[in-house]
Amino acid sequence: MLKDITLGQYFPGNSPVHRLDPRTKLIVLVVYIVALFLASSWVSYGVMFLFLAISIAISRIPLKALAHGMKPLLFILVFTGILNVFFTPGETVLVSLGAIRITAEGLVRAVFMMLRILMLITGTFLLTYTTSPISLTDGLESLLGPLKAIRLPVHELSMMMCIALRFIPTLIEETDKIMNAQKARGADFESGSLMSRVRALVPILVPLFISAFRRADELATAMECRCYHGGDGRTKMKLLRYKLLDYKTFTLTLLLFSAMIVLRRFGM
Amino acid sequence: MSTAISVEHLAYSYPGVDNTPGVAVFEDMNLTVEQGSFVAVLGGNGCGKSTLAKHFNSILLPCGGKVYVCGIDTADEDRLMSVRRNVGMVFQNPDNQIVANVVEEDVAFGPENLGISSPVIRQRVDRALRQVGMYGFREHAPHLLSGGQKQRIAIAGIIAMEPKCIVLDEPTAMLDPKGRREVMETITALNRDKGITVVLITHHMDEAAQAQRVVVLHAGKVMADGAPRDVFQQVQLLHSIRLAAPETVELCYELNQKGFNLPLDRLNDEECAQALYDWIKA
Repeated sequence: MLKDITLGQYFPGNSPVHRLDPRTKLIVLVVYIVALFLASSWVSYGVMFLFLAISIAISRIPLKALAHGMKPLLFILVFTGILNVFFTPGETVLVSLGAIRITAEGLVRAVFMMLRILMLITGTFLLTYTTSPISLTDGLESLLGPLKAIRLPVHELSMMMCIALRFIPTLIEETDKIMNAQKARGADFESGSLMSRVRALVPILVPLFISAFRRADELATAMECRCYHGGDGRTKMKLLRYKLLDYKTFTLTLLLFSAMIVLRRFGM
Repeated sequence: MSTAISVEHLAYSYPGVDNTPGVAVFEDMNLTVEQGSFVAVLGGNGCGKSTLAKHFNSILLPCGGKVYVCGIDTADEDRLMSVRRNVGMVFQNPDNQIVANVVEEDVAFGPENLGISSPVIRQRVDRALRQVGMYGFREHAPHLLSGGQKQRIAIAGIIAMEPKCIVLDEPTAMLDPKGRREVMETITALNRDKGITVVLITHHMDEAAQAQRVVVLHAGKVMADGAPRDVFQQVQLLHSIRLAAPETVELCYELNQKGFNLPLDRLNDEECAQALYDWIKA
């Protein structure tokens, strides 16, 4: 059951989307999200959808994988839709049942809202599916670089993220092992009341934490042995460099953003 | 030959907790390791092997005496980086020394810390991965590799820094026989082909037998020091500190107790079989 956790799952590939600089993808995603919130009509949503659909097509990420990632978020999506249907004030009443009124405006708004969330999540998935965690942290470190001037520990943060990502599979494996060890001694994780099930987790968490601390200690020693001394004077094997493809993407994104502003201006 | 590591009158005790007295590990320890040699350090649990290893690259600093690495005093804080650059260290658990989640990124970690330019790092990483025979796995995730493969990645991460000396602290303790063989082959090849000084800390006799020199530690003192053939002949000494000689030597020793007269310097199966054959024929 623990193997199902898909945290920032990466699909290795060699599509143009994969080859983009991670910084480009991060910037484009931010602009895309802002543009998504500017959209307010069928036309503008259509333009946004076209942009997203083309990106997905180029990335060659299977639609199935995107849909699979969407599953846990289905509830939020439906909930938002329902809220918007019932609580949007409007003139054109379609159904009226006592205090509950469903209006045409409410329906339209609900559809828009759900589309917006759906496209927002899909866009974010596209980033994590096409970018390896390590280049993602590299990209973040590089983009946040200027914040070092206000003493934000940018390098340390990205190093922490990198190590955390590295140890997720190791710790999952370990949790599995501990659970099996406890089950072998008769621990029961599946039945009983909610309280007793929560209590059953304690014998898993305690050894897991102890081992995590021990690992952290050993890892710190190993890192020191490999001359780690913080971000100062550290170089990178893979230098991030914007290429022609990145400039093209930036131009396209800029066009999209301008289009959204113009469309909004004309009330579309 | 010049000296890679020299330990002079080393004294060290672990500090006590809450006013309890500390535990003394070394009182007067002396040891020199020649440049380009392959030394195995043997000893039972708690004899101070790992503590000694930690002195070789300034993780622990001596309470008394000096440790020199390539002529540099390990207690000299200003030259800490040059000490660690010269002496690479590989630990027992491969999982806890791999930093990145892509093999080549992890191998690049050390050189990146040294501030080397990016094309040179690329060359070094590729060379190091070829040396340990893991080049084909450079884009894999480390957690999907076997223990032996992970340990070879850890070794590649050290040799990418191009140290003069590698200290391995029980690198095969958590591996299966296949992984152990892979790691031992990698270590011997590094010593033979690249002339890197290797200090192998182990409690496997057959691994120690592959070294040029064996140092037996017990209670913080050097009990025996010399070529494997000479050290392992002292079976009684080894038994007195609860160590065993390699299996072939043990066999000959047992048979000698029963009235045979076999040489005790046969370290591998074929030599041992030959000795038995010769004795029976005579």
